Formats: sequence, structure tokens, C-alpha cells
Amino acid sequence: MSERSIELTVNGRSYSGTADVRTTLADFLRHGLGLTGTHLGCEHGVCGACTILVDGVSARSCLMLAVQAEGSDVRTIEGLAEPNGDLHPLQTAFRDNHGLQCGFCTPGILMTLMELLDEQPDPTEADVRDAISGNICRCTGYQSIVAAAMQAAAELRKGRRA
Amino acid sequence: MSRVVGHPKHRIEDPALLRGNGRFVDDIALPDLLHVAFVRSTVAHARIIGVDVEIAKDMPGVHAVMQAKDLKPALMSLRMPLGASPSSAQNSSTPFVLSDKEVAYVGEPIAMVVAHSRYEAEDAVAAVIVDYDTLPVVTDARVGAVVGAPVVRTELASNVLNKLKVEFGDIEAAFSDAAHVFHDDLLQHRGCGHPMEGRGVLVEVRPGGNSLCVWSSTQMPHDLFHALSAMLDLDENRLRVITPDVGGGFGPKYCLYPEEFALPAAATILGRNLKWIEDRRENFLAAIQERDQYWSLDVATDADGRVLGMKGSLIHDQGAYAPKPVNLPYNSATAATGPYIVPAYSVDVSIVHTNKVPVSSVRGAGYPQAAFAMERMMDLIATELGIDRAEVRARNLIPPSKMPYTKPLKARSGAAMVYDSGDYPASQAEALAAAGWTDFPQRQAAALAEGRHIGIGMANAVKGTGRGPFESGTVRIAPSGRVSVFTGATAMGQGLATALAQICAEELGIEAEQVTVIAGDTAFSPLGLGGFASRQLVTAGSSVHIASKAVAAKAIKAASHMLDVPEEELELSGGHVRVKGNSNRGMSLAEVATRLRGAPGYAFPADVDPGLESSIQWKTDALAYANACHVVEVEVDVEVGHVTINRYVALHDSGKLINPMIVDGQIHGGIAHGIGNALFEVMGYDESGQPLTTTFAEYLLVTATELPRFETIYLETPSPMNPLGAKGVGEAGTIPAAAAIISAVEDALKPFAVRISQTPIVPETLFNLIQKGRAEMAARGEAIS
Amino acid sequence: MKPPPFEYLRPESLDELCVMLAGTENAKILAGGQSLMAMLNLRYVFPDVLIDINRVPGLAGIEIKRDRLRIGAMTRQRKIELDPLVNERAPIVAEALHLVGHRQTRNRGTIGGSLCHLDPAAELPTIALLHDAEIEIAKEGGRRTLPIADFIVDYMTPGIEPNEVVVAVEIPLWQDGHGYCFHEFTRRHGDFAVASAGCLVTCDASGTIDKIAIAVGGVSTVPLRGVEAEEVLSGTSGDDATVEAALSFCDGLDVLGDFHGSADYRKHVARSVLRKTLKTAISRARDRLGGLN
Repeated sequence: MSERSIELTVNGRSYSGTADVRTTLADFLRHGLGLTGTHLGCEHGVCGACTILVDGVSARSCLMLAVQAEGSDVRTIEGLAEPNGDLHPLQTAFRDNHGLQCGFCTPGILMTLMELLDEQPDPTEADVRDAISGNICRCTGYQSIVAAAMQAAAELRKGRRA
Repeated sequence: MSRVVGHPKHRIEDPALLRGNGRFVDDIALPDLLHVAFVRSTVAHARIIGVDVEIAKDMPGVHAVMQAKDLKPALMSLRMPLGASPSSAQNSSTPFVLSDKEVAYVGEPIAMVVAHSRYEAEDAVAAVIVDYDTLPVVTDARVGAVVGAPVVRTELASNVLNKLKVEFGDIEAAFSDAAHVFHDDLLQHRGCGHPMEGRGVLVEVRPGGNSLCVWSSTQMPHDLFHALSAMLDLDENRLRVITPDVGGGFGPKYCLYPEEFALPAAATILGRNLKWIEDRRENFLAAIQERDQYWSLDVATDADGRVLGMKGSLIHDQGAYAPKPVNLPYNSATAATGPYIVPAYSVDVSIVHTNKVPVSSVRGAGYPQAAFAMERMMDLIATELGIDRAEVRARNLIPPSKMPYTKPLKARSGAAMVYDSGDYPASQAEALAAAGWTDFPQRQAAALAEGRHIGIGMANAVKGTGRGPFESGTVRIAPSGRVSVFTGATAMGQGLATALAQICAEELGIEAEQVTVIAGDTAFSPLGLGGFASRQLVTAGSSVHIASKAVAAKAIKAASHMLDVPEEELELSGGHVRVKGNSNRGMSLAEVATRLRGAPGYAFPADVDPGLESSIQWKTDALAYANACHVVEVEVDVEVGHVTINRYVALHDSGKLINPMIVDGQIHGGIAHGIGNALFEVMGYDESGQPLTTTFAEYLLVTATELPRFETIYLETPSPMNPLGAKGVGEAGTIPAAAAIISAVEDALKPFAVRISQTPIVPETLFNLIQKGRAEMAARGEAIS
Repeated sequence: MKPPPFEYLRPESLDELCVMLAGTENAKILAGGQSLMAMLNLRYVFPDVLIDINRVPGLAGIEIKRDRLRIGAMTRQRKIELDPLVNERAPIVAEALHLVGHRQTRNRGTIGGSLCHLDPAAELPTIALLHDAEIEIAKEGGRRTLPIADFIVDYMTPGIEPNEVVVAVEIPLWQDGHGYCFHEFTRRHGDFAVASAGCLVTCDASGTIDKIAIAVGGVSTVPLRGVEAEEVLSGTSGDDATVEAALSFCDGLDVLGDFHGSADYRKHVARSVLRKTLKTAISRARDRLGGLN
């Protein structure tokens, strides 16, 4: 075992912990920090369930080592809602449009869409489908996810104009 | 007009899941937890000469390496009981908890490593040396069925697990009277279930020992509870099985698995809390799959294409073991005639073992194969007789005047197979109209003139839903006023909690958000059957509906005493029993429940039983039959054999819809699964039984970029079979999908006279069919139009 | 599905990296990790040492010097895809990159990592081959530059030594307004290609092809240049008949078959993909030429 101490920021909060160098970032978040909202669906970088934002960009947390996130600013599903508990417009849109069923792939899809909507405030449905093409959902057939993303985009644009 | 039921209500499951606060089995932490990884067979068939764990057991972090002999002291038997069975007996085809003599598929568990982390457990798994004496392998059920074929397990005399004959009517007369007889051989492959969350088991040894709490990502916690109690010889009072949040089921979690016995046995022996989380590769190697069916069919028709009879055979690949009774081929064979009048029918079914992962149900459970078989024969009749494909179907559909319609077959319960309701011709007509079926030939001709090959296809389906014999539903209003629903039906992500909460809220005059639903916990619901066969809403929903009504009546009765107001002058609304027309007068449900809790020595309302609750186990033998018609437009790139779905219209009649939003989600997901089965999903094996597709890079699940927008239409013919009028929706979307898509692809390839007799159809297969069509036409001197 | 144990080193300068490479046995360089981490999780590879080069300064960046585009080995694929200079001067690179995996993998995945992994179905090696790219390689006490044709040695085997590291890729730019196309056939968006093809082309004022480069990927052990096809098309107008004649280059390909496509099928797909690629590239060359005039 070769342990390393790791300090990083997750959802605006500083964490420090130790992990064996081979521990994936996903496992460190889940079992080291107890942030179990990030899920593992394949552990070989295809399903996208473990997608998080690392220093502002989406990444598969199963394809990163925890030690690589040393000093990084990480955002996970647990950090989406407002501090007062209100859901983020993207989360609300998922609820409104039935964009989730079992909810297992959902964290990765939400984090992917956070990046898309930040970069591209007015995406087309095709843009949304392209953005989530690296996220597998077995439940929804994706249509409700696309609808939720479009609603969220519209809602966030309103917020920007206001 | 109902207030809560029938409306697209927000799901009560969503807030926690959207915040990352779900509790899936791997999210649950226990103190002093040890982690398990399994040593699995790397060969498809072998005698085990020896297992050397010496190096592994001394590796860093390893607590124990356990084989069958090590688990034996805690188990009544090393052979698993038959799951989902009335007797829970073993037979010579149930799997082993761990195998110590022989392995019959790649992935079969042989030993388990218990370590301080999953990482270290996997290190040690790699260091366990298994000495195999390899044996002949059977990978094709057709080969395995032949007398003299090598056996899949040496304990078997034959690979044929079972033979069934499913028949009715005078089949000989049907064929001798026929104007036409058509034949086809169909190869049907369905892949795996692949919920995004794999299986997982967590065992807590409760303080004091000999008392276990088991969390399993399963569709059948009660079956596991009873089987574990028997296998561990553990007093039921010392065992609890909990289904936490489940990240999708789709069939593979509707089985008892070796890991679900190995962990509790090891935890008992070691006195330690244990966790095993199935990784994706294990999910490919060890979770059940559906795989292959080989159909050979003859259909007899009159001069107008009316079916007189259908006969043939079905060979079903069962894999190495049968963890539960083989419902899948039975479903396929009995469902094949679908929504059509088929006067005579005879199919011989052979269920054959192979050296592959055991087979059981995936979403649809044999019905998609049945629909594919029948719908392909309908298209064949249409093509051969030059009749429109929709017209041939219309001539054969059961008309509404014949409803309820009895198929001369029995469901597995022994009950008659009665299609209870629905208007199949109207369903088809509406779906076709929405999809522009009659205009299509013009559009097709125009596209072809541009060199584009587009096609349209359709398929009908019927699905028996709401399998019994019962499901439990308890509704309880606590003295705090909080309302809870408990059920033995399990939720795998469909939104069952919301639907049950709606049903309960409707009767109690409250909102769905005010109801807590606990599903699949044996401590709360002693009775239950689980989640399968599109049943939970129909069965548990009916129980909750009846129980809620009983609780409402009881609340009114008790309040009548307490308020001294006649019952008929009281109603429930806003969490109160109120006097009608006088909203200020009444009492809260909390007050009623508090009174019905009782107090030592105090008087109790007369003729009211204690507790503001009701438990119902609504029973049924019969099924509620949902029907569907799907119409699909595709475009085929004939240079490479690639299929693009341009349009998808799906009409469903699933009776009364409790939450239309959830229903739409179920149908969408079902269609996507069916599209995967038609075009993408192949579980590959080589001739030695080695799986070829063990990652999501090799086994292709559909992604957002490959799917069209689905256009859904709902008819609501209430089922008379249950008090809700509901029919299940979990599988209906999948059932006709592959049949409709293949029909459309075949239509697009009319210029090449291609007949497609298999599913899935991957680009290379389609390309080869197109090339064959081109060659045959060239040989006949025809030009490709 | 967890990685096996390894020692983890994280150099913070190129010199330190080169010293580490020289001093370790059975080491693997961890760049973006989008292939290597999956292979570790699947336990397909067992390095004793993992050298993480994500914190080595100076390895990432995009610049144009004279007529050459220089991309640092650790430049993330998505940075390249979205880079305005790349989109303007080498649009085929952006076009191909959009087909590489998914946004999450392109955010981490690097150009150097993809070139060194050298999957024959990957887009970037084919693009590099198409451009006659040059690979800059460093080791303790030295640097060298290797033409891509020499860098691509064999199936997933780049021409670098265990003590070396790729530091940059230099891509000679084509003149403004050149025609280009990268096209591939995949089962799903973002998958590795069953077959892929790239083409760069320029025409003179009369519309005659004066310069053309063609490469195919996904079909053989390594991406291949279509030299014969280039010869067929050079000096012609690039009409459909000549394009068809150029496709016969595919007939001679030594094609690999696997579960997702037999050799015969892949050859056929390569032909189809190449046809579309050539037609689009030639038509774009003409359109863009028209636009410039």
C-alpha cells in the first residue's frame, strides 16, 4: 500500500483525506469522502454514470486517480442544489419531465449537462443528444432527458437575462 | 373525476435521487466492513482438479479465501434452491453456491476472497490458482439437443432439460385445408438486462451473532428471505432482507444468485459484515441473460391470408443451469399467437443446456420473441400473397366483439388464458393513421428516386400483465398523522412508490407527497412476491387501493363516534375527517389514529378495531392483457448495412393509467430496449464458450444519438380484472419493437428482395443479406429498381 | 474492477520526467488516462510504476509557427477541437476530434496519449498520418523528431523507447481554402470506427487536383496512407469516375476482422467511407476555392 494524503475542494468545501495511490477518484469520493451520489456503472469509461466536473470540465471519475485530483476543484451531484436546499433548475427540469427513473445514471447526466448548458446556453435537441451520447441510460430512452435539458436551458437563459 | 390518480404527478422518488441522496446497496456503509471478490471460472467446462489459495490467503489485506468446503458448515446444501418456485426444492439444474467439482460456464463462482478492500480482494483473486481438466463444450443449443452431444455438466444424462408441447385445435385439418402454407426459420437473440447498477449484496451480522440483515439489489427480496432462512437454517425472526434503492432491474435481478448465499454464509462463519458489488465485467459473466431461441414455423392460411393454423418447433438456449422454473420458453410458446385468431396451433419446445451463463427473463420474458415470430409470419403471408401487411393483420386480429377472448391455453397458474379487454383493430388503425401508413408508398418511391432506401414496418403485441397469485399492501396512518404504505412488490426505478402513493392519497384525501412508501423490506412486509412480469402496479396497486379504502372507511367510522356525527355526513380531505358542508368541523387523521392507538384502561370506540391501518393481499390468477401497435420508419444505408430510425409511433392500451407521465417513461424505455434488441445488442461467444463482449465498448447499448423521438398514443380500455382497471406497462414497449423495426428494414430493402429471419440485425449481417439479394437478382437477370 | 497495485510518480518538470523514465523498469506514462485507466481497471496492464505527466509544465499548448501547427502532447483533445486557430487553419482536425469518444473523454484525453496508444481505429493517428506530422520526442539528455510514418511501427506499437516521451506533434499546414473531410462509420456516435478515412486536397484555378493526401483507419493493424489513390486522383478533376477508380486502393488492403466486422465487411465499409470522404473533400476544395476568388 502506498498511501498519499489528498487535499481538494468538493462542492466548494475543502476536504483532506488519504488514499492508496491506485484508488480511483470515484472510489475516493464515494467511500473516502462519503459522497455516494457519484455512481459507478462500468468502471471502464463508457457508461458515464461517474461523470463529475473537475476544474470546471466534465470527466469520468472512474478514469482518474484520486491523487490526480490533488488541489483540484471538484463538483459533484451533491453540489447542484442551492445551499438553502432548493433544486437547481436542471434538477427541477428533470423532475418536471420525468428525466430519471432508477436514478443511477442521473448524476453523470446532470453533471454532463451542467457543462453543456454553461458552454452553450441555447442548445438544440441534437446538441443535447450529442452531449449526452457518452452517458448510458437503460431506463428512459433519453427523450425525457432531452426535454428536461431543453427546459433547463430555457429557464437558465431567463435567469441570465434577468 | 379522480383528484390524484390519473394525473402526471411529480415522482416522490425524485428529490433524493436528483440530489445524490439515493441509497443504493454500495452507498450503505457498515462498521468494520470487509469486501468480497469472487474467483470465477475462466473456462466454459471443466472438472476442477484443485484450487490453490496458498499465495492468495497471505496477500496484503486478505482476511480469508473461502471455497465450497469452507462455506459448507453454514449451509444446509451447496446446491441452490429453485427460485420463484412453490416448493423451493432443488433439482439437478439449480446452480451451486460455489462450485468445487465442475464448472459449466465462464464466470461460474469457485471461491471468494474476503479482504479489507475490494482492490486487495481483486489482487488475491488473481493469485488463486485453479487447476482445470477441460471438458467438451456445447455453445449451440441446436447442437446440444442432438442425441450423443457432449453433456454440459457431467451429472446430466442429456442436455435437454425439458420438452413441452404447446397445442390447441386440429392442426392437421388446418394444414390439410390450407390454400397456402409458408415456412420460415427464425434465429432470435436477446442480450442481457444491463441495469446501470449491477447486482450487489451487503450482509450485516447483528450484534450477538446469528442474526443477519441482508441488503440485496434484487427484484425478489421475499424469495431470497425464505431461501436464505432455509439454506442457513436460520430462524425467520433472525433474518431481514432489504431491497435498497435499485438501479434498474430488467429481469436479471429476478433470480436467486450464488453470491446472495455465499455472502451470508461467509458472514456467519467469519462473524463479519461483508459487501460484494458486482462490477460490469461480472455482470456480463455471471448475471442471467436471455440469448438464443431457434424457431422453425409453418403457417397455414386460406386464400385471403386468414391464418388457419401454425405449427413448428422452438429450441431454447437455457445456459448451464436453471435458477428458477423455465418460464421464458413457456411464455414464448404460449404467447406466439398474440392478438390474432389462430384456430389451431402446435409448437414443440426443447429447453437445452449450453455451457454459457444461465438464461432467465429480461424485460419482456419471452414475449418479444413470440411477437417477433408471429409478426414475421404475418409479413411473410403479406409478401407472398401480395396483400398489404396491415391488411393481413386486420383480417386476423381478434375483434372487440369477441372480447373477452379465451385462448385455448393455460397460464402458468393453470388459469385459462383470457384476453380481458381491448380493441385490437382500432388500436392498429389509430397507430397506422398517426404514422401515415397509407401515404408511405409515395414517400418511399420519392426517396428511392433519390437513391434513399426508406421503409415502414409495424407490429402488434399483447402482454399478460399483473402476475399473481397476490401482492401485499398495507396502509397505515400513524398517530403522528404520517401515512405509510408497505408492500412486498419491489421498485427497481419505475416509480412504484409514486403510483402507490397516488392510489393511497386519492382515497385518503391527501397528496401523494404526504405518503411514504416502503417496498421490498421483509421486516415491514412479511408477505410479498416482488417485481416482475409488469405486475407491481396491478397487484400491489390493487391491494393498496382496497386497503386505502378500508382505512378511509375506518377513519370515518371512528370519527363518527368521536364527533357524534353520522358516517354519511363525513368525508376525508386535507388530512382531516370533516363534516360535509362544514369545513370547520372535524378532526385530523392524526387525532383519529391517536385514539385508535388506544390507551391503557381507556374506552375504545365501539365496533372499530385498533390501529388506523389495513393490510390487503389482493389475489389474482388471471392476467390483465395490455396491447400495443408500433409503426416504425427507417432508412437503410445499403452500402454498409446501417439502419437509422427516422420515426417511431407507439400506441399502447394499458388500461387505466395511474400516472401518465410514468407510463410514458416506461414505454419509452421499453422501446429503447427493443431497439437495442433489434439493432445493437449481441452477447457474443466463441466456439469454446468464451464470452467476446464483456465491456460496454463491445456490447452496445443504445445511446441518445441513435434514437428518434418517440410518438406515443394511449388508449385506456379499463381491465375488468382488477379494481384499478389497470394493466402493466413495464414490458409492453419492448415486445413489438424488434418485430416492427425488422419489418421496416425489410420493407426498405424491397428492391433487393431481402427476407430477414433474425434479430438483432447488425450492419454486417444486413450488408450480407443485401449482397445476397443483389447476387440473386443478378443471377435472375433482374435489375435493381 | 479495480486497478492492480503500482508505484505512482508525479514529475513536475520535463527533466525530472526524463530522469524518472531513465531510472524505472516497466513504467507506464499516465497522460489523459482515457485508455490507460480503463486498461488498468480491467487489469489488462500491470505496470510497476505509473508516471503521471499531468503536472509537467510546458507539455500543453497550441501554436502556429510559420506553416506548421504545433500541439503539445498533453493538450486535451477538446481544447484542440474548440481552438479557433485549429478550426481555421486545420479544420479536419476539429472535424475528426468531434468523433473521438465523448466530451467527457475529450476533456481529459490528450493528443499525445492517443498517438502513443495507437489504436488503429482511433482518429488522431490517422489524422497525423494524413498530415505527415512529425513527432517530437524527449529523453534524458536528448530530443529527436520522428516522421509519423516511422512513429507508427505496428499494431498499438509506437516507435518510442521505454525511456522516451512524446512532447509535441507538429502538423504541416495546408494552404488556406484547402478541401478536407474526415468521415467514419461507427455503430454508435463516439465509438471506435469500423472504418474511417481522411482526405486533404487542393485544386488549382482550373479545378485540377494539384495536391492530395488520403488515409484510412480502423481496417488494418495501423492507419494507412492511400498512396495509390492519391496518385490516381492527382492531376485530375476529381470527377466521380476517377474517385471510383481511386477506391480500388481498398481492394489491396490487408484488413483485420473482429467481432464487430469481418475483414471482407470492413474492406467494403472502408470503400464506402472513403468514397464519401473523397467526394466531400474535393467538393469542399472547389467550393472554398470559389469562395476565395
